[in-house]
Amino acid sequence: MTKTKRKRLIRNLVTFGLVIVAFIILENMISTKTISRSLKGQLVPICAWIIMAVSLNLVIGFSGELSLGHAGFMSIGAYTGAVVSGWLLAAFDMQDPLLRLVLAILAGGILAGIFGVLIGIPVLRLRGDYLAIVTLAFGEIIRNLVNVLYIGTVDGKLCFAFLHREKLPADVAMLVDGAKGAVKIKPIATFEVGFVLILITLIIVLNLVNSRSGRAIQATRDNRIAAESMGVSVTKYKMMAFVTAAVLAGMAGALYGLNSSTVVPTQFTFNQSINVLVFVVLGGLGNVLGSIISATFLTVLPEVLREFADYRMLVYAVVLILVMIFTNNPTTRAFADRLFSPVKKLFRKDRRETTGGGDVK
Amino acid sequence: MTQHHSKKHRSNTKMVPVPSHSIVPERDVNEIPVMETRHLGIEFGGLKAVDDFNLTIGKTEIAGLIGPNGAGKTTVFNLLTKVYEPTSGAVLINGQDLHGMSIVQASRLGIARTFQNIRLFDKMTVEENVRIGLHNQIRYDMFTGILRLPRYWKQEKRQHERAMELLGLFGMQDLADETAGSLPYGAQRRLEIVRALATDPKLLLLDEPAAGMNPHETEELMENIAKIRDQFQIAILLIEHDMSLVMGVCEGICVLNFGKIIAKGTADEIQANPAVIEAYLGKKKEA
Repeated sequence: MTKTKRKRLIRNLVTFGLVIVAFIILENMISTKTISRSLKGQLVPICAWIIMAVSLNLVIGFSGELSLGHAGFMSIGAYTGAVVSGWLLAAFDMQDPLLRLVLAILAGGILAGIFGVLIGIPVLRLRGDYLAIVTLAFGEIIRNLVNVLYIGTVDGKLCFAFLHREKLPADVAMLVDGAKGAVKIKPIATFEVGFVLILITLIIVLNLVNSRSGRAIQATRDNRIAAESMGVSVTKYKMMAFVTAAVLAGMAGALYGLNSSTVVPTQFTFNQSINVLVFVVLGGLGNVLGSIISATFLTVLPEVLREFADYRMLVYAVVLILVMIFTNNPTTRAFADRLFSPVKKLFRKDRRETTGGGDVK
Repeated sequence: MTQHHSKKHRSNTKMVPVPSHSIVPERDVNEIPVMETRHLGIEFGGLKAVDDFNLTIGKTEIAGLIGPNGAGKTTVFNLLTKVYEPTSGAVLINGQDLHGMSIVQASRLGIARTFQNIRLFDKMTVEENVRIGLHNQIRYDMFTGILRLPRYWKQEKRQHERAMELLGLFGMQDLADETAGSLPYGAQRRLEIVRALATDPKLLLLDEPAAGMNPHETEELMENIAKIRDQFQIAILLIEHDMSLVMGVCEGICVLNFGKIIAKGTADEIQANPAVIEAYLGKKKEA
């Protein structure tokens, strides 16, 4: 095995390992009831935002396109999840929450994927800034559309209305009620399902990146003309990254939506897309583990800062700037390297001692 | 000495004329030419960057495209690889018209190229760069890759072996693991050639392959170009300013000036051609 490959394998194993260890610790804390209430309530959202960040990293970090409408796919997933879950309960009396949750997540992913294809076809022919602008517009369009969308069930049958709620029958049980959002959701999302979904996301993204298709995706990022000259269809692979990310965002949305009793359109504004973008940029483009850590950190941070009340967002911004400077500025990085170099040396010495004997040339 | 050495590469090819006012090596005369252009031209806002470009390249010919700076040589490459759509004329690759094709389709027909300003996939490793060249040669789909099916492991192994074999052409196996962007200039140029070869081309276009190389590296490159042709039995068209390389290795040479062909012929004919001398050195009267 080559050096780079081994390095990548180790990094991937560390990524999976950290996620699994974190899960085991948290499960332990839940069973021994040592976890704080606010953190417990945040577990599922954290899972959802991790998936959002990792999937957006596929688009921005690996295919090199700036997408500013990722929350749009999430909202499609959240609404689809809520409707599917409510409908399964009303139409088939499906009581098993786990099965409902899984089906809802699948439906959310599929519908978001379909929208990903529909938007991707015209948009991915554009280059650079245009893609960013159109995805931004897409996110806003989705938000405004669900604002006037009415879905309900009558005797287990789904009925839809657009703009005019009065067109629905009088005895309708509302699932999506326009600006009020998806209502009366049975919160069935669990941390365990969220954890499994993170693992699935990691498997999809990491395996894709280290495969023929993933290399093609990265080639289109590094040099479009050269990739095409090598016979790599740029549109196809940009599309692959974009739609995969959309599906994952849809699934994250369904998980997120089914964690609370209501989902409102204003939860998925442009601001949320930017938040996910911040996760990705802070964690590092193309760095999956970084996305996971920054998504977790930045989701928990505002809650922790709740004591500061008025200064919350100010502190959030300052922390963000400091982290950016510390991780990206060459001077501060050199400083950090110097700081940690004794520790690193220790490790290196260790390894040399264990393998040193055979290294004679 | 260079002259003596270079004669060896050209191996006294006999060039014979073909109907399209070009010459091809005698051994290729009964084969379909790998490339034929007919009155190829492109205009940029009224400026004819390339005009009435007619050239035929034999199946295993090493051909050169030379001319002063700004003559339109790279534009010709961009026309042949469909980066530009010509405004007039046609390109035939193995007898097949490229009209309306995309860059990717042209690549699948068997044209591969290197770039004047190196265009590697900088953030990927050397081996991965070659693997991109193998993209359409050793394939498996996205789901095979994500699910790590048996086919994934088999094809990945094949890609790796083929990539190392190709890197071996230039003795670059040891660099396989380096990041492409971190290689020295000469190695980057060689990697571009390896990557282009990985696509299994029938016509290899080299855009200033010796640029930035020292005389020793250029000499090596010359040997390698001849070696590639002999081993892969493909045609090579190269743009180059280093005349020792062009005269040393090219069988047919085409001289371009202001977008028009001013001369075609063998190295000896080109060197003696007054129009070529004028294009490079200016008119005698003025000098």
